Amino acid sequence: MSGSIKGPIRTIASAEELLAYSLALETEAVERFNDLADQMEMHHNYEVADLFRKLAKIEGLHIENVNKASAGKQLPSLLAWEFEWDGGESPEGGAMEDAHYLMQPWHAIELAMQGEKRAVAFFRHVADTATDDQVLKMALELVEEEEEHVALLKEWQERFPRPGKGWDEDLDPPTMLE
Amino acid sequence: MKRQNLSIALTGSGGSGVMTTGNMLLEAAAQAGWYGFMGRSAGPQIRGGEAVALLRVSSEPIESPDDSFDLVLAIDPGSMCRFVAEIPLRTDSLIISDAEGGRRSSSLPETPAKVVDLPMKKLAKTVKGGRPNMIALGAVAKVIGLREASIYSILEKILKSKGPEALEASWACVRAGFAAGADLPKFAGPPINNESSQERWSFTGNEAAGLGAVRGGVRFVAAYPITPATEVLEWLASSLPKIGGVLVQAEDELASINQIIGASFGGTPSLTATSGPGLALMTESIGLAVCSEVPVVVLDVMRCGPSTGIATKSEQSDLSIALNGLHGDAPHLVLSPTSVTDCVFTTQWAVYLAESLQTAAIVLSDQSLGQTRAIVNRPADIAFLAKRRVPEQFEEEYYRYAVGDSGVSPMSIPGQAGGQYTADGLEHTEAGAPSSLPEDHFAQLEKRERKINGFDYGEHWADLEGSGETAVITWGSTTGPVREALSRLREHGEDVRLIAMRLLAPERPVEMAAALKSVKRLLVVEQSHSRQFHRYLRAAYDLQAEVRVFNRPGPLPFRPNEIIAQLNTWDGGAKT
Amino acid sequence: MTNETACMQFQPKQYKSGVKPVWCPGCGDFGVLGSITKALSGLQIQPENAAVISGIGCSSRMPTYLSTYGFHGVHGRALALATGLKVARPDLTVIATGGDGDGFSIGGNHFLHTCRRNPDMTYIVMDNQVYGMTKGQASPTTGPNWEKGKLTPGGTGINPFQPLVIALASGANFIARTSSSDSNGTARVIMKAIRHPGFSMVQILSPCVTFRPEQRDWKNILIPAPMEATSDPAQAARRLLTDEGLYTGILYVGDRPAYQPKLESSIDNIAELDEEFRL
Repeated sequence: MSGSIKGPIRTIASAEELLAYSLALETEAVERFNDLADQMEMHHNYEVADLFRKLAKIEGLHIENVNKASAGKQLPSLLAWEFEWDGGESPEGGAMEDAHYLMQPWHAIELAMQGEKRAVAFFRHVADTATDDQVLKMALELVEEEEEHVALLKEWQERFPRPGKGWDEDLDPPTMLE
Repeated sequence: MKRQNLSIALTGSGGSGVMTTGNMLLEAAAQAGWYGFMGRSAGPQIRGGEAVALLRVSSEPIESPDDSFDLVLAIDPGSMCRFVAEIPLRTDSLIISDAEGGRRSSSLPETPAKVVDLPMKKLAKTVKGGRPNMIALGAVAKVIGLREASIYSILEKILKSKGPEALEASWACVRAGFAAGADLPKFAGPPINNESSQERWSFTGNEAAGLGAVRGGVRFVAAYPITPATEVLEWLASSLPKIGGVLVQAEDELASINQIIGASFGGTPSLTATSGPGLALMTESIGLAVCSEVPVVVLDVMRCGPSTGIATKSEQSDLSIALNGLHGDAPHLVLSPTSVTDCVFTTQWAVYLAESLQTAAIVLSDQSLGQTRAIVNRPADIAFLAKRRVPEQFEEEYYRYAVGDSGVSPMSIPGQAGGQYTADGLEHTEAGAPSSLPEDHFAQLEKRERKINGFDYGEHWADLEGSGETAVITWGSTTGPVREALSRLREHGEDVRLIAMRLLAPERPVEMAAALKSVKRLLVVEQSHSRQFHRYLRAAYDLQAEVRVFNRPGPLPFRPNEIIAQLNTWDGGAKT
Repeated sequence: MTNETACMQFQPKQYKSGVKPVWCPGCGDFGVLGSITKALSGLQIQPENAAVISGIGCSSRMPTYLSTYGFHGVHGRALALATGLKVARPDLTVIATGGDGDGFSIGGNHFLHTCRRNPDMTYIVMDNQVYGMTKGQASPTTGPNWEKGKLTPGGTGINPFQPLVIALASGANFIARTSSSDSNGTARVIMKAIRHPGFSMVQILSPCVTFRPEQRDWKNILIPAPMEATSDPAQAARRLLTDEGLYTGILYVGDRPAYQPKLESSIDNIAELDEEFRL
């Protein structure tokens, strides 16, 4: 669903900076999943809407974890778009284009899983290029965490049937609004 | 006392400066304490074609051409031919012509008038740098009783920029013309009245409309040039910056109407001016102003239609499109001034109404008002200044299109915190969100209709004069000749009622019923081939009386005697 | 968000009106909406001091989804509405939004002349090379061989409109192209565009997943231009000669003064205008 990760343009220099990136990543994910849930509701795909809401909640828990880890630390204040993700979009935030109004739960989890996989690749790259010990340690922890998320999602996805051909067939033609 | 007045035409061609001469004559008349006006007509060439200045001067304010002309000054004979239909003459009218005036030999058209020769070209040659039109000016001035000295100050004013030699030459010619005029038959003009204490003005209908607009509060204009509206824009372009406003020359009429909607959305009363073809282009976006409830004023200086028509001539044939040209049910305002002076009032009132009612107002002027320069009494100051209903504070949620009692919902202005909304051409809820639901459509249609129908327009919807059983109903520039016709009838003891409408939309059924009470015979007068005004009256009002229609298209103006003739042929109608 | 990043008064979320967009899931315009909110937040513009103006089309629905002032006007005339507003209210931040049909077909004339006039505003065009709202006709930026348009079944066969070329030739002061899938990068460009005086034009390639699903691939084939923005129109023109529409980035940053007539009275009383008519 997306290209390879090349990693941030500059090396992450401190644990605080890494935490800031991690926080941004999770925060964007919450927003994205809520946006997707809204879109699904607007298009009467309630099952998937609920699923995206659940995913948003889960990401919210991840934020709590990051906040715990940041206790007592002073994180650099970066604006959302100042983060230098590869491809410009936060790994877990950029999958809006993969949505479809008829998407099935299997697709929704696939979308989330791809995001987690990109997060894994991102943090692995941070670990590979780390020059600071703390950064390295933290990055490896984050890799492990994100890999756990991927596994959990994979398990969850297995509960749903993989959609066969014709899942996106809509017998009605598009409507003209204006 | 019978008013004294004269109608004079000056014709020429090929750069003879007839318009300048006419303007000078009008100014001289003004200085002499006279009232008057000057219209014009021309051939199709941009320069050098035939031209005629059509003047009428009077001891009292006048708004109509007379039945016929008293005096024609033809700098060359052929130049009069094109304008024969516009210069009706009597057997006791006089044509002063220069047989040698043209570059080629040409003759005057056939008319009943007497002809007298005045060798203007030859006389002009006796002065270095002399011009025949200055001879003509002097001659006419003498013939109608103006004083030589008054001409000089006008020459000075108008020719100042051309240098002392030009002024000298012109003055010498005027004096020569004055002297030659001594041998010509006299036409008694009104008595000279330099002592008049009444403040008088000289302006055209187009300038008057511009003044009305800014007095009403307009500070933003976007427009595209079109005959015969361009002078409105010229006046506004130079006047608006003085009062902190601006005129933007847009790329077309579609840009013009949308730019003024944008500026008005931002809180600035705005206006554009155009003619028939431009109004046709603008109709979609005027509908946007109506639906999104953004006030705008569109001035249409009407010309002969349809399509490109006759750009330089007047007609009253945009009434239908002004009333009905918006798609969907889009109630809005349509107004029309009845005279050059009334262009100030009606445009100002239109701005006031559009702002008060948050809607579009179309003002129908026409070429005969717009491009006629008139000497008038100072227009009254009126208290109609734009006052938009703007919310002062905001609740939790601001409902821009809240239905309410009057139908006028407070309109927030960008910059007001808490008042944010999206104005929309889509039908919408009270909050302004797009909606296709029947209840929202009905509620908003009803709101937009009610706010306009429920407003108290007062007495200005029409000028009502007289109380007879016979009435003449008209609108716009035909009001002048109708008024003069009725005034003549009144002098003979005939009381014919006048209804000159100023507000054409929304309809005023209660007021019209009152105005038509006891009327047995109703004459409709309008300058439209397909009787647009008559059809509007039939559709909008209960016309109990016997109705006749006197109509014709442009380009010829109506004259008082024609209207009297119409009334005279009617059994039980006026008798003179 | 917690910690210091939340210290700004206006967060991107506050620029959303809360009205749920009706765009198809997968539409690139969602990304653009996000970018606009990030840009406004980055500049800390108060919502009541900004106005977003649009015409007709899917992307022209944008103003309704933002908490700024907005005007959803008629087809093709957003730039005229926006120009009138900006000239009368120079204090406002004015942004026009719309699509390729609204902007370059019926709106083409206003596009050209607004570039010429160079008022200080930003024009965001969500280009998906199709008329989405009216069920998928070819638009001015559609390639000549696209055969799915029902009104042009054999393809249009005519040259597509080149927005950046026209913008440059007509005098736009800031010209850029981005991809809607790069929401942060687009936000950065929009911020620069708003900050830059004069007419700023940002063409955002924003896929229509319903009528041109193949455009989902744009995020893989659009690449950042391998060069910096230029302030030399001739150089920008040379770049455009070989541009195949796949480079993103800021093309041109000019220094023409913005069109903004002064709105200052020079007389004390409007009655002074009567003077010229008095005899």
